[in-house]
Amino acid sequence: MMSYAERIPVNIVTGFLGSGKTTLLQRLLRAPRLSNVVVLVNEFGEIGLDHQLLQAVAESAVLLENGCLCCAVRGDLRQALRDLISRRMRGDIPPFNRVVIETSGLADPVPVAYTLLADPVIRHHFRLSSIVSTVDAVNGLAQLAAYPEAMKQVAVADRLILTKTDLAEASAVDAARGRLHALNPSAPVVIGIDIGAEQDALLIDDIYDTEGRAREVSRWLDTDAPAAPHVHTDDIQSFSLTFDGPLDWTAFGIWATMLLHRHGSDVLRLKGLLNVQGVDTPVLINGVQHIVHPPSHLDAWPDADRRSRLIFIVRGLSRQRLEQSLAAFNALANAPAALGA
Amino acid sequence: MCALCGMLGGEAHWSESNAVPTAFAARREAHTRQRERQTRVRLLNAVLRHYGLTVTLWAANSYLLSTRTGRTEIVDELAHLWTVAERLSSKRCDPLDDQLLRGMGG
Repeated sequence: MMSYAERIPVNIVTGFLGSGKTTLLQRLLRAPRLSNVVVLVNEFGEIGLDHQLLQAVAESAVLLENGCLCCAVRGDLRQALRDLISRRMRGDIPPFNRVVIETSGLADPVPVAYTLLADPVIRHHFRLSSIVSTVDAVNGLAQLAAYPEAMKQVAVADRLILTKTDLAEASAVDAARGRLHALNPSAPVVIGIDIGAEQDALLIDDIYDTEGRAREVSRWLDTDAPAAPHVHTDDIQSFSLTFDGPLDWTAFGIWATMLLHRHGSDVLRLKGLLNVQGVDTPVLINGVQHIVHPPSHLDAWPDADRRSRLIFIVRGLSRQRLEQSLAAFNALANAPAALGA
Repeated sequence: MCALCGMLGGEAHWSESNAVPTAFAARREAHTRQRERQTRVRLLNAVLRHYGLTVTLWAANSYLLSTRTGRTEIVDELAHLWTVAERLSSKRCDPLDDQLLRGMGG
């Protein structure tokens, strides 16, 4: 069976209506490293235009026919990905090494990510790479305030692309940047008009990419998720937890599955660099709501700091309670007498 | 497929370290999947007793979840276990619950 890292990476490019998803892809897909990419777009909103623009860049673009990609037509995405596999195996389309899914402006990207794991055939061939969200510097703050979809697209992203900064006042750009960083501190905010093909790592780097995973983790750590919760008026909080001692992997798995079973809809994002008991290298975890992707690892610790670090973006969950809870589960693993074993 | 029980073997759940062996390649000590499953059962029982449930290993990949009155159900992986535990116990399995955490610490 193909290992998880060897599967074809799938990027999700999301962002509110008119926030510049297609422009971003036009620029990035000129990169030589992104020459064998299939782009799946959908027809909602920016009908046809997206397709024509993307066709000029990626000839193997496939247009999904109906409506929103996420919940209502997730079956179409599943079918599109299955068809891609079949056509590739038959030789109907050239071998491709990446898929980019451009969601509709109103889409929740999480069901798209879920589709990659939920279908056994798709799961065997594809894996989630990064989620990239575009936010318009002119209208983005108002959209974040008015539309929960826009908030969700920002909260679950691995990178945030701030677009149309040339059309906005400098103060508006600063305000938007600050808001995005506060909502999702582990995602770097990149100015869209500066992006060219040379920044192909925005799509390529992820924690499963052999060359890019150290850079990816460095981004997590550099973006400085606050130890104290940053509370927003919408009840979304971002914070990091650190644990000085190593964590027991089995206890962590029990805790995390139980947490996501009960509170997954409120855990918008969970990323972690874990010092696992008995393992010399750091283990990486990556979760989006109820979905946790298989762990990855770094070949070495990025610095002298050996603490486990977990970065959360949650809705209405207590930082202190999460910390106490994981500590209690971890303590079970180290207290065999308490287990009645 | 397991030749003894006829069950189809699915892909390992992310919480099992054999799901991505490379992620745990730098282990300092010998490790077996069976030992990890036994450890998981011990830890799970420390949590599940709060809900009046017990769990044991079942076949090569599964777990058997039981109530005190003997109702049992087979579960294949951790993610599914909590749904079954809530159904069998009629309680919400919440790792942030104070009573659970106090019980585990005691």
